[in-house]
Amino acid sequence: MKKKTLALLLSAALCVGMLAGCGGSGGGSAGTPAPETSAPETSAPETQAPAALSGTVNTNGSTSMEKVMGALIESFGSVQSGVTVSYSGTGSSSGIQSILDGTCDIGLSSRALKDEEVSNGAVAHIVALDGVAIIVNPANTVEDLTVEDIAKLATGAISNWSELGGADGPVAFIGREAGSGTRGAFEEIVGVADQCVYTNELTSTGDVIANVASNPNAIGYASLSAVDDTVKAVKVNGVEASEATVQDGSYAIQRPFVMVTKDGAAPSDATQAFLDYAMSGDVADIIRAAGAVPPVK
Amino acid sequence: MKTKGARNALEVAMNIVFLICGLIAVAFVLFISVYLVLTGLPAIREIGLVEFLFGREWASTAAEPKFGILPFILTSVYGTAGAILIGVPIGLFCAIFLAKVAPPRLTAVVRPAVDLLAGIPSVVYGLVGMIVLVPAVREWFHLPDGASLFAAILVLAVMILPSIISVSETALKAVPPEYEEASLGLGATWIETVFRVSVPAASSGIAASVVLGIGRAIGEAMAILMVAGNVANMPSLFKSVKFLTTAVASEMSYSAGLQRQALFSIALVLFLFIMLINVILNTLLKGKKG
Repeated sequence: MKKKTLALLLSAALCVGMLAGCGGSGGGSAGTPAPETSAPETSAPETQAPAALSGTVNTNGSTSMEKVMGALIESFGSVQSGVTVSYSGTGSSSGIQSILDGTCDIGLSSRALKDEEVSNGAVAHIVALDGVAIIVNPANTVEDLTVEDIAKLATGAISNWSELGGADGPVAFIGREAGSGTRGAFEEIVGVADQCVYTNELTSTGDVIANVASNPNAIGYASLSAVDDTVKAVKVNGVEASEATVQDGSYAIQRPFVMVTKDGAAPSDATQAFLDYAMSGDVADIIRAAGAVPPVK
Repeated sequence: MKTKGARNALEVAMNIVFLICGLIAVAFVLFISVYLVLTGLPAIREIGLVEFLFGREWASTAAEPKFGILPFILTSVYGTAGAILIGVPIGLFCAIFLAKVAPPRLTAVVRPAVDLLAGIPSVVYGLVGMIVLVPAVREWFHLPDGASLFAAILVLAVMILPSIISVSETALKAVPPEYEEASLGLGATWIETVFRVSVPAASSGIAASVVLGIGRAIGEAMAILMVAGNVANMPSLFKSVKFLTTAVASEMSYSAGLQRQALFSIALVLFLFIMLINVILNTLLKGKKG
């Protein structure tokens, strides 16, 4: 009898514990509140000191923006500690699609918006500029490529590294999936849209870097902010990829980091606060530290 | 003691509950089939059945989109066939080893290992494949990149091993010992008995294990996504390929319009494929028995 009552009491305790996750001051730690229902608590209506907000902001999209978003979210936490901002990397086109569908608060794109996306209601807020680094394996001796060389590598016209002065070996051009902002920006600027012949199509910036780092024949493109010591970024037309060259425009292959909202759908206060924070001049150093370039104001 | 009426009522009630539970399974299958057909047909109608099934080019986001899925169909078929070709002999022999040949102490080591293999999530297979197998394939065969149909076949073969081994082993163990004793009594050696008496007697169970393996291989997406390369080429052993499953998985999140409907059509084709394989193998089994 005693065992039975004990079992019953424990199950009841479990059920009560489950219910403890509900409610709370709008901060959905267990649940996933829709953007319109997060309830902000503004303490004072004036704009001098930031009012204490709470809620969640779901951002979704470009994998290239991971480092920048990580830095922004972390520093925003010290400005508005009640707001939880989440990021998930699903690809630029996927992020734009979600904001248009209303399934996230802010869409993230690492390419400029297309006309049909703008006509569907997407509004662009440029947060940073980013170079698309052309990366090769550190064992590769090639240091400098012209944009024409890169185009030929991408379309398969050059298929052996010896044609560019490197060691004899086949070229493996690693690309991204069709919805990637990095791929869209790369193909548009280099001029090889719809003509690329990829050896491999991966689904995130991190995967491309890992693949190029482990394959001596590989060449690929990835966000400059994500490039680390495991790969080597080649110079394009003699210009090295760095923040300075992206900012003054001399590095040819660059694209904007865009936060996308939907025209007509009013963002929650928490979302608006995060958006204003990211677009303000205060975060220029944070963006630089994350490897991207603050937009020219 | 309850009255007879009350006990009858309880019986009837429980029967109804069991019936509902059974029907739920049927309902799910029906729902999925109907949903797939309804969402998959519009794109097929717009693209054209022949152009869709036999077109050799898939370029869903190009300026002039093309939606031919022959590369995916052939890749899935070749990939599954390759996995079965490698997996079934190894799995069958392992099952024979476990059921008939191994001493009990060795069985106690091998069987838990097989069970563990069955429990490993497919993402882990993909990860190990990506980190270990793909560079190895690249080195052995001097390829630009190791992610290829060959790597996918190897990973799939390892993934279907546990299902083939466990079901075949059960089937072999269920063979009545009288058959084997009769064979031994007539002068056959133990191995001759195993291959000429036990295996044929267990053939329906072994065929069931092959069907299970085929089902797992043709439906695998996550592990393949990491080792196959994902470029929509016509299949060739050492080139980057895309399966029916990875075609849907890699484009679904950002697709819109006709592209999204085409992905549903691919799912419908995959579903019909699996139904077809099940029907064919079931009729083959029935034919054998009769």
